[in-house]
Amino acid sequence: MRSRNLIIGGVLSALFIAAALISFLWTPFDVTQMNIPAKLQTPNGTHWLGTDHFGRDIFSMIMVGARTSIAVALVAVGIGMGVGVPLGLAAAARQGSLLDEVIMRGNDLVFAFPSLVIAILITAVFGPGAVNAIIAIGIFNIPVFARLTRGAALPLWQREFIMAARVAGKGVSRISLEHILPNVTNLLIVQGTIQFSLGILAEAGLSYVGLGAQPPLPSWGRMLADAQTMVNFAPHLALIPGGAIILTVLGLNLMGDGLRDLLDPRIRVERT
Amino acid sequence: MLRYSLKRLLSLAISLIIASLVIFLVIEVAPGDPASFMLGMNAQEDTLNALREELGLNQSKLERYLSWTFGMLQGDFGTSYTYRTPVAQMVADRLWVSLPLALYALALSTLIAFPAGIYAASRRGAPGDVAVMGATQLGVAIPNFWFAMMLVLVFAINLRWFSAGGFPGWDEGLFTGLKALTLPAIALALPQAAILARVMRSSLLDILNEDFIRTARAKGLSRRQALWRHALRNALIPVLTIIGLQFSFLLAGSIIIEQVFYLPGLGRLVFQSISQRDLIVVESVVMLLVFAVIMVNFIVDLAYAFVDPRLRSRS
Repeated sequence: MRSRNLIIGGVLSALFIAAALISFLWTPFDVTQMNIPAKLQTPNGTHWLGTDHFGRDIFSMIMVGARTSIAVALVAVGIGMGVGVPLGLAAAARQGSLLDEVIMRGNDLVFAFPSLVIAILITAVFGPGAVNAIIAIGIFNIPVFARLTRGAALPLWQREFIMAARVAGKGVSRISLEHILPNVTNLLIVQGTIQFSLGILAEAGLSYVGLGAQPPLPSWGRMLADAQTMVNFAPHLALIPGGAIILTVLGLNLMGDGLRDLLDPRIRVERT
Repeated sequence: MLRYSLKRLLSLAISLIIASLVIFLVIEVAPGDPASFMLGMNAQEDTLNALREELGLNQSKLERYLSWTFGMLQGDFGTSYTYRTPVAQMVADRLWVSLPLALYALALSTLIAFPAGIYAASRRGAPGDVAVMGATQLGVAIPNFWFAMMLVLVFAINLRWFSAGGFPGWDEGLFTGLKALTLPAIALALPQAAILARVMRSSLLDILNEDFIRTARAKGLSRRQALWRHALRNALIPVLTIIGLQFSFLLAGSIIIEQVFYLPGLGRLVFQSISQRDLIVVESVVMLLVFAVIMVNFIVDLAYAFVDPRLRSRS
C-alpha cells in the first residue's frame, strides 16, 4: 500500500517533469503561434488536447506550462531550504539564546505574510512576473524549513553521538553540518516534496489572478484565467490545465507520503 | 496564565510593529517617489507636488511612518487616491463580503471535516477509511479557484441553482446574501476541509492509542463508546489549533475566489488598487490581512495555553 503511493506518485511526478524537460527541445506546435481558423477545437488527431481561443495547441501549452510551474516551485523550495535550513540549524545549536529567539520570532513574522500577501506587496511595487511569484513563494517557504529543521535538530543535540563529537573538540557549526544535517535530511526531503506541490498550487493561483507568469509565457494558472469566460462552451479549456495541476500536485503529495513512510524509521518499525 | 498572556501580548505588539515597518518600507521607500509612481511618467511637476503634499511625502520617513501607524490606531487609514474616499470606509464595506465568506467557508469546512475525520478514524484501515483518505488526497490537490469554476459550470450555468457571480448586498436579505456566497464558500472550504479531516483522523488515532482509552475499553466500553465519550474531546485540541490557523488562510484565499465570482470584497479592492497604482489602499489592505493573521495566531496561542497547562508553566 505504502510503496504503491510512492510508485503512483513517482510516475505522475516523473511524467510532468519529463514533459517540462522535453518542452525545451520539442513541442508538437509552437506555443506562441496563433492559428485563429483552428480555434477552440476539442481534442482530436492533430491537436491531442484541442486548441484554445487563439488556436494555440493546448498539449504544447501544458508542456511549457509544466516548465513554468515546476521551475517556480522548485526555485521557491530552493530559496526556502537554502535560507531556512541554516537558520533552523543555527537556532537549534544555540537553543534559548538571543539568536534562537530572534530567528524564531522572525519566522513567526514571515509566517504572518501568506505568499499571496507577499506577492501582492511585491507586485504593487515591482509589477507582476514569474520571478516575483518565485520570491513570494520562496519567502513563505523559509519559516517552514527553519521550524522543521530546528524542531528536528533540538532533540539530536541531547544525543550521545553529538556529545561525543563535542568532547572530540568539534565546533558547533561543524557538528551542525557533519552530524545534525545528515540526520534531518530525510525530513527535509519529505517536506521539500510537500512544499514543491504547494508551490505549484500557489504559482497557479498567483498566475490566475495575474500576479505570476505573464503572457506570452504559458502557465497553467493563466490558461485557467483565460478559460474562465469560455468555460460554458469550451469546458476543455478549463478541464485540461486543471487536470494537469491536480495530477501533478497529487503525484507529489503521494510521493511525499510514500517517501515519509520509506524514510521514517518509526513507521518502518510499525510496519514490521 | 497572566504572565504568559502578558509575554504573548508583548510579542504580539512587537510583531505588529515590525510587520507594519516591513510593509511601510516595501511600499513607500523601495520604488522611489510614490507620487510619480502613482501618477505615471508623464505627470506634470505641479500635479506631482500637489500629490506629494496631500500624501505628506514632504515629511521625513519617520514622520510618515508614525502618522500612518497612529492614524491606523485611530481608525484613519488615509484617503484613497483613485476613489477619493477614506480607505477605512472602503475596507469596512468590502469586509462585509470577505469576512462572512471566510466564516461561511470555515463553518462548511468544519461541518465536512469533523464527520469525515471521525468516520475514517473509527474505521481505520477499512474501505470507508481508505475512501475518505483518498478523497482528502484529492481535495488537497485541487486548486480552489479551479473547483470554483467547475461549481459555476455545473450549478450556475447548467443547473441554474445559483448565480454565476456578483453579490446583491446584505440589504436584499440574509438568505439572498448567503445564497450568493454559497458556491464561493464551498470552493474555499474544500481544500481546508480535506486538511482538517486528515488532522482530525490522525489526532483521534493518536488519542485512541493512549492508556486511558485502553482503561476505558477494559472497563467494558465499546470502541465506539470510548471514541465518542473520551477520545473526541481530547483529540479536539490540535484540531482547534488548525481551525484557528486556517481562518487566516481562508481570508487570504478569499482574495482569489472573489476574482472567480466577481465578489466586491477585499480581493477585488486590492487588485483594482494594484492596477490603479493606489498604493495607500494596497498598504492598508495588506496590513489588515497581516494583522488578522497575527491576531488569530495570538488568540490560538492563548486558547492553547488555556486548555494545556504545560504550556503556561513552561513560559
